[in-house]
Amino acid sequence: MKGYRTIRTAMKALRRNPMRALLTTLGIVIGVAAVIAMMEIGAGSSAAVQKSIASMGANVVLVMPGTATSSGISFGSGSVMTLTPGDGEAILRDCPAIRTAAPAVRARTQVVYGNRNWVPSNMYGTTPAFLDVRDWTVAEGESFTDRDVLNGNKVCLIGQTLVRELFDGESPVGKEIRVKNVAFRVVGTLGPKGANMMGMDQDDILLAPWTTIKYRVTGSTLQATNQSAAAASSSAVNTLSNLYPSGQPSLYPAQSEVQAADTPMPVRFTNVDQILAAAQSAPEIPSAINQMSALLRERHHIRPGEADDFTVRDMTEMSKTLTTTTKLMTNLLLVVAMISLVVGGVGIMNIMLVSVTERTREIGLRMSVGARARDILRQFLVEAVVLCLVGGAVGILLGHGGSAVVRAVLRWPVQTSPTAIAAAVIVSAGVGIIFGYYPAWKASRLDPIEALRYE
Amino acid sequence: MEFIELHNIEKTYHIGDIAVPVLKGVSLTVARGEMLALMGVSGSGKSTLMNILGCLDRPTAGEYWLDGREVSRLSADQRAMVRNRKLGFVFQNFNLLPRTSALENVAMPLTYTSNLSDHEARHRAQEVLVRVGLADRLDHEPSQLSGGQQQRVAIARALVNHPPLLFADEPTGNLDSHTSEEILRMFVQLNEADGITIIMVTHDSDVARHARRIIHIHDGVIVNGQAAAPSPSGAGPVESGESA
Repeated sequence: MKGYRTIRTAMKALRRNPMRALLTTLGIVIGVAAVIAMMEIGAGSSAAVQKSIASMGANVVLVMPGTATSSGISFGSGSVMTLTPGDGEAILRDCPAIRTAAPAVRARTQVVYGNRNWVPSNMYGTTPAFLDVRDWTVAEGESFTDRDVLNGNKVCLIGQTLVRELFDGESPVGKEIRVKNVAFRVVGTLGPKGANMMGMDQDDILLAPWTTIKYRVTGSTLQATNQSAAAASSSAVNTLSNLYPSGQPSLYPAQSEVQAADTPMPVRFTNVDQILAAAQSAPEIPSAINQMSALLRERHHIRPGEADDFTVRDMTEMSKTLTTTTKLMTNLLLVVAMISLVVGGVGIMNIMLVSVTERTREIGLRMSVGARARDILRQFLVEAVVLCLVGGAVGILLGHGGSAVVRAVLRWPVQTSPTAIAAAVIVSAGVGIIFGYYPAWKASRLDPIEALRYE
Repeated sequence: MEFIELHNIEKTYHIGDIAVPVLKGVSLTVARGEMLALMGVSGSGKSTLMNILGCLDRPTAGEYWLDGREVSRLSADQRAMVRNRKLGFVFQNFNLLPRTSALENVAMPLTYTSNLSDHEARHRAQEVLVRVGLADRLDHEPSQLSGGQQQRVAIARALVNHPPLLFADEPTGNLDSHTSEEILRMFVQLNEADGITIIMVTHDSDVARHARRIIHIHDGVIVNGQAAAPSPSGAGPVESGESA
C-alpha cells in the first residue's frame, strides 16, 4: 500500500516534467540498448569463434583401448582390443553430453589410381558420423552412408592431398581407386583442413566404411588376435581369386592343432581401434568423459577397483583455448557494458541533482505538511529507480531491435541472451539506486525553512 | 494548561563565530480557538517565531508546550509527525505543486498520513475543496486558477488533515485588496465556525485588524499583546538576563 503510493507519487512527479524525465532516461536507454546490442552481437560472434575453434576438434574426445601388461611390462595404449562398434553406438545413445560418436579402424597401405600411387598417412574405416565429429565438410560429391557401412560397400572419401597426388586436377568423384588390391569407388572429396597443430597433414586421409576396411582391406587385426583362424584360412590354394585378401603370410609360425587346443584363445568379438566422440560443448567435456567411462566400465563388466581396459583422451590444449577465448569475449563485453551503464548512471545523477535543486520549494512544502526526511529520500529514490527501469525496458527493446537490424543488414551472427536482459533489468535498477541515492539523500537533508524560502 | 505555551523562547543563529540572537526570551500563551496576528517589521524575529511555533525549527532555549506536549526537544521526524497531525500552513506564494490538479494538491499531505485509502483521500480532499468554494475547480491546475483561487486551494490543503492550528504567513501578500478581504473572511469563518486556532504573520495592519489579538514583535521580544493576554508585555529585559 505504502510502496504503491510512493510509486504513484513518483510517477506524478515525473509526469509533471516529461521532457526532463525523457532526457534523464536517455542515458540509461542508450546504456542498456548498447549493453543488449553488444551482448547479442558479441554472443553471436563469440559463438561463431567458438564454433570455428571447435571445428579444429576441440570438443573431440578419443576413446582408445587400454594397455596390455605382461609380467610388469606394459605394451602401451591400444595394445589390447576391447572396444567394439557397439560401444560407439551405446556412447551415442546413453551419454547426454556426447553430441556424436564414430568408431574407427585404422589401416596403412598403398592406394593406386592409374599409374600413380600414394600411401595416405591416415586411412580410417569409420561411419559417416566421423565427418560430424571432426566438423569436416565434403567438398565434392557426397559422403558414404550408414547403409554403405552396414553392407561393407567399397566406397571411400579422399582428402585433398590424395586428390592432388593421385588425380592431378581430374575430378576424382566416381573414379575407382585400388586400396591394397580392393577396388573402391570415390564418392566424394573432403574439404581442405591443412596441417594439425603437430604439423601433420590432415588432408592426407582416406575414409571408408569401417566394415569395408576391417573385413576387406586389413583383416589383420582380427587374424593377428585369432591366429588359429588365420591358420585355417591360409590353407587356400589359389590366392588370386581371394575376394577378401586376408590370408596374408603370417609373421609367426602357424599353430598346430595341439598347440591351439593347449592355448585356447577365444574368438574375439569384432573390435575397433578407437572411438571418436564429440562433446556437446567445451565445458561439457569433463562430464562427457565421466559418462563415457562409467558406461564403458559397465559394458565391459569391470568391477569397482579394477583398472579400466580403455583410456579416454580429450584435446586439453584446444579446449583450454576455447574456454579462455569464451571467457575473454565475455569479460570484454562486460567491461564495455559496465562503462556505458556507468555513463548512463552519471547522467541520471546529474539530472536528479538539478531536479532536487529545482524542486527545493516542493521539498520544503512536503516537509512542512509532515513528510519526514525518509519520505523525501524514498520519493526521490523511487523516481530515479522508476526512470532507470523504464529506461532499461526501452533500452532492451531498442538494443534488441538494433541487433536484429545488424543481423538483417550486416548478416552478423547474433544470439539473443536472456541473461543479458535479466542483467540489464537488475543493473538498471541498481544504477537507479546507486546514482539516485546521493541526490535523494541531499534532498532529504534540506532544511524545511530554507527550502520554503528558496527562490 | 493552555493550547500553546511559550516560556522564554530564545533563538540564536551562528554566523561563523558571531552569535546573532534573533529571539531574546519570548513568552506567549494562546488559548484554543484564538485568532491572533503576529506583527513586526522585517528582521524583528516574527518569521523565526512562526517557524518555532510551526515546529519547523527548534528554539535554542526555552520551552514550547503545544496541546499539552513539550515539542521543542522533539527530533526532526517527530516534529514532522506533529506538523502532519496538528498544523496547517498557508504561505504567501501559495506553494502549490505545478502541473498538478487542485484535488491532488490538496490530497498531498494525506500521502504522509498512514492508513488512508486512495479513495478516502480523494474524498476528503474533495470535501475541503467544496468547503472553500472550489467545487467546480477540482481538476484545474494552479496555472488555470486565479491568485485567490490558488490561495483557497492552499487553505484547503492546510485543512485536509483537520488540524486544530493553522499558520498563515502573509497569506494576502500576493493578492489584491478585494481577494485579500475574501481570504481573510474565510479565516475568520474557519476560526469562528470550526474553532480552529489561527496564527497569522503579517506586517499589514489592515490584515492584522481581522485578528482578535495582535502581538507586536520588535527586536526579538514581544512589545505588547493586545487584548486579553496573561503575560502581555515588557518581559524582554528580565528574560535576557536569565539566558545562559
